[in-house]
Amino acid sequence: MLDHELINRTLSTAMSTGGEFAEVFVEDKRSSSAVFDDGRVEELTSGRDRGAGIRVVVGDTTGFAHTADLTEAGLRSAAEAAAAAARGGGGGAKTVAVSKSDVARGEPARIPPEDVAKATKVGLLTLANEAARSEGAAISQVSARYGDSRRRIIVANSDGLLAEDDQVRTLFSVSCVAAGDTGLQTGRESTGRTVGFELFDETDVEDMGRRAAQRAITKLAARPAPSGAIPVVVGPGGGGVLFHEACGHGLEADLIAKGASVFANRIGEEVASPLVTLIDDGTMAGEWGHFAIDDEGRPASHNVLIQDGVLTDYMWDHLRSRKEGRPSSGNGRRQSYQHLPMVRMTNTYITAGQDDPAEIIAGTDNGVYVAQLGGGQVNTATGDFVFGMTEAYLIENGEITEPIREGNLIGNGPEVLTRIDMLGDDFTMGSPGMCGKDGQGVPVGDGTPTLRVTSLTVGGTAA
Amino acid sequence: MPELLDIATRVAGWANDGEHVEAYVVHERETEARAYEGKVEAFTSAESQGIGVRVVVDGKQGYAYAGTLDVDALHETLGEARDNATFAEPDEFNGVAEPDGVEVAELELYAAGIDTFSTDEKVELAIELERATLAADPRISGIESAEYIDSVYESAVATSTGIAMSERETGCYMSAYALAEANGETQTGFGFSIGRDPRELDPAVAANDAAERATRLLGASKPSSERLTVVLDPWVTAQLLGIVGHTLTGEAVVKGRSMFAERLGDSVAHPSFTLVDDPTNSHAFTATAIDGEGLAARRTPLIDNGVLTGFLHNSYSGRRVSAASTGSAVRSGFKSAPGVGAQALALVPGDRSQAELIADIDNGFLVQGVAGLHSGVNPVSGDFSTGAEGLRIRNGALAEPIREVTIASTVQRLLHDIIAIGDDLEWLPMSAAGVSLVVGDVTMSGA
Repeated sequence: MLDHELINRTLSTAMSTGGEFAEVFVEDKRSSSAVFDDGRVEELTSGRDRGAGIRVVVGDTTGFAHTADLTEAGLRSAAEAAAAAARGGGGGAKTVAVSKSDVARGEPARIPPEDVAKATKVGLLTLANEAARSEGAAISQVSARYGDSRRRIIVANSDGLLAEDDQVRTLFSVSCVAAGDTGLQTGRESTGRTVGFELFDETDVEDMGRRAAQRAITKLAARPAPSGAIPVVVGPGGGGVLFHEACGHGLEADLIAKGASVFANRIGEEVASPLVTLIDDGTMAGEWGHFAIDDEGRPASHNVLIQDGVLTDYMWDHLRSRKEGRPSSGNGRRQSYQHLPMVRMTNTYITAGQDDPAEIIAGTDNGVYVAQLGGGQVNTATGDFVFGMTEAYLIENGEITEPIREGNLIGNGPEVLTRIDMLGDDFTMGSPGMCGKDGQGVPVGDGTPTLRVTSLTVGGTAA
Repeated sequence: MPELLDIATRVAGWANDGEHVEAYVVHERETEARAYEGKVEAFTSAESQGIGVRVVVDGKQGYAYAGTLDVDALHETLGEARDNATFAEPDEFNGVAEPDGVEVAELELYAAGIDTFSTDEKVELAIELERATLAADPRISGIESAEYIDSVYESAVATSTGIAMSERETGCYMSAYALAEANGETQTGFGFSIGRDPRELDPAVAANDAAERATRLLGASKPSSERLTVVLDPWVTAQLLGIVGHTLTGEAVVKGRSMFAERLGDSVAHPSFTLVDDPTNSHAFTATAIDGEGLAARRTPLIDNGVLTGFLHNSYSGRRVSAASTGSAVRSGFKSAPGVGAQALALVPGDRSQAELIADIDNGFLVQGVAGLHSGVNPVSGDFSTGAEGLRIRNGALAEPIREVTIASTVQRLLHDIIAIGDDLEWLPMSAAGVSLVVGDVTMSGA
């Protein structure tokens, strides 16, 4: 996308006012999507965004500017703006020479989205719709969405780093509405992977349509969810959202440094049940939160955050790790070239335990079984977090019985982690998520086996 | 910078016979200063632009965008939108907006003063905000963020049906997230100040709100579950109104995703509840004279003394129900076609202050903040469950802080269970105004 000499000159300009560190992040992203709704293929959208973000660090101050103009003049003016924003002391000029890092690029998409005819993409939507509607007359509305993106990035910095990546992601989702005597209910299924159109070799969109429809129909018979603290069993895959909120965000080094996390100063301490080993791993090929390099040019890595209940490390980006004199953990990410990178999760998961999932349910007298979770939110400073249940059932006398209506569950991260008393042997990755932090969204994956929390507050309305 | 309206008009003029073309062109300048420990943590200076093109031909719609306004990109984007349209299925109601003769309001959304506010002054405001927040109370132990943001946003929309409109606006905003600490426990609070001109911002207001919200939660505990009366702080009410507004959009109504679809003329809320969407109210920070399709924005009554009187429409949903657009086409940037949405919702306020409303409540909960509205509220079914924190109300007065609870009901019931509306209407940095709202019979789930 840009030649190395131009990158060198841009970095030199960025460093010309006394910067200690400068970085050029170049992005060229093409996206396309197709939406089926209300009985027809409603719209196709496609677009392209490209540009460069330049940051300059002086002391504790970061200056940042971005431009969609990738000519020499455009880059120079962004570099000057970033340098001025960082307000260096005006030290001597520094020449920068980058060299290609030996980080292996990711496995290329087998079927790049641009090689697939639009009619083929659209055909999937129609299949999903027909399958969903065939589940019964109660299905009153179906929408399906196909999306793909190809994001090529170059990262170069004044330490001489030069790295590139080519990230292809493909996403498919189906949402249904069922109508009945009790009103309207919804059901959703989604899948997304860091792969090309080969996603559909392993994904049956008709099956997704049927499952989304069944979920909506099942919920028509749902009774109000319980209100209060009770045992909660979370099905395989879904619990990732719980950990993402309960402790994932709280282990991000930028929040730790500001004292805005309940997990600050707790390395080496037992913070969770000994059953819990929590890993953040950007190297998991094909997973939704996967990449070869992060948005600061560092290779993705496998980071153990909690080992057998003991807190072993936080997640790091360039700025925080530089301050601490340690390597970045490959967690520096950004939504686009228009954003500054910060510490973000990738694929976050709990390793499998040894319990039989059926026994976890059978061993729970009364509680709630959450089969599918929605999103969540956490206040990392207090540890209080919520997450939504979009498919859930009562557990009565050790058996899953009636469906319950949607709602949030609320807990406190450090407390909930110690209350995990059973962990299944059925590890699964969950649905693709978009994690929001400071207004930036990035794709993240998560996974868990079936697990039980001895007590969690379910936010329903039933006494 | 080239004139946005010229670009939009030019692209719309490239429409073939029998083809509808709409071009939406934006340009934005933004600066952001973040302070930390008395210094600038980050200063961002950004300029971005882009175009989104919608093509409708034979009832089939395609959309394409580009994050640049280069001439080549304009042609490519139109070509791509055309190609996309060929793969969609026809809908007789598709099309761009047609001029409807409604007069465009004259609003002052652009404050020229933003151009004479220097980088140094912006940085000073952010640093002053941090300083004031830390100084507001001895229990404030730090800040998670203190920042100043401003933007100059210009947009133009033109269609092959003869619409050619443009608008520009400024916005300035500062916010602080404070950390309060006592006895080894930490709580957080948020405060902000907003205006069209940076000189309207008051760091003291943002700092004191953040500090007060954080410190008053210190010592909070988790109560046991019960049903009680809640008082929603204006900030929380505005978020609830946003959800209600979503259920009243033509998009949700015509596609069978609104619980209120068949309820026009019915009583859907307490008689004290009168809800209006009026983007031409210049007090709203989301005020606009034109909607996302280039029609005049206008006042739309939605619920009148509890009775459902109207829905919000863009040109598509309006045509679907043989009604006119209400000028409610909304856009989330240039990367997608316009949808339908509320732009500046407000309740007609009552005549009593929040303190007076609280004085009437024996056992209640003043909800200061909510979490997880996106995960625990389903705008289709109406299921409503959200994380909450705030202060207990006992015998007409504010009492101990509580946290880690949820409040739950359904959207339908919440509207009927309203007891009173406060007099404290306040425009917030979102597309709804806040006001204190008292709601009875809400389930609070805790220990």
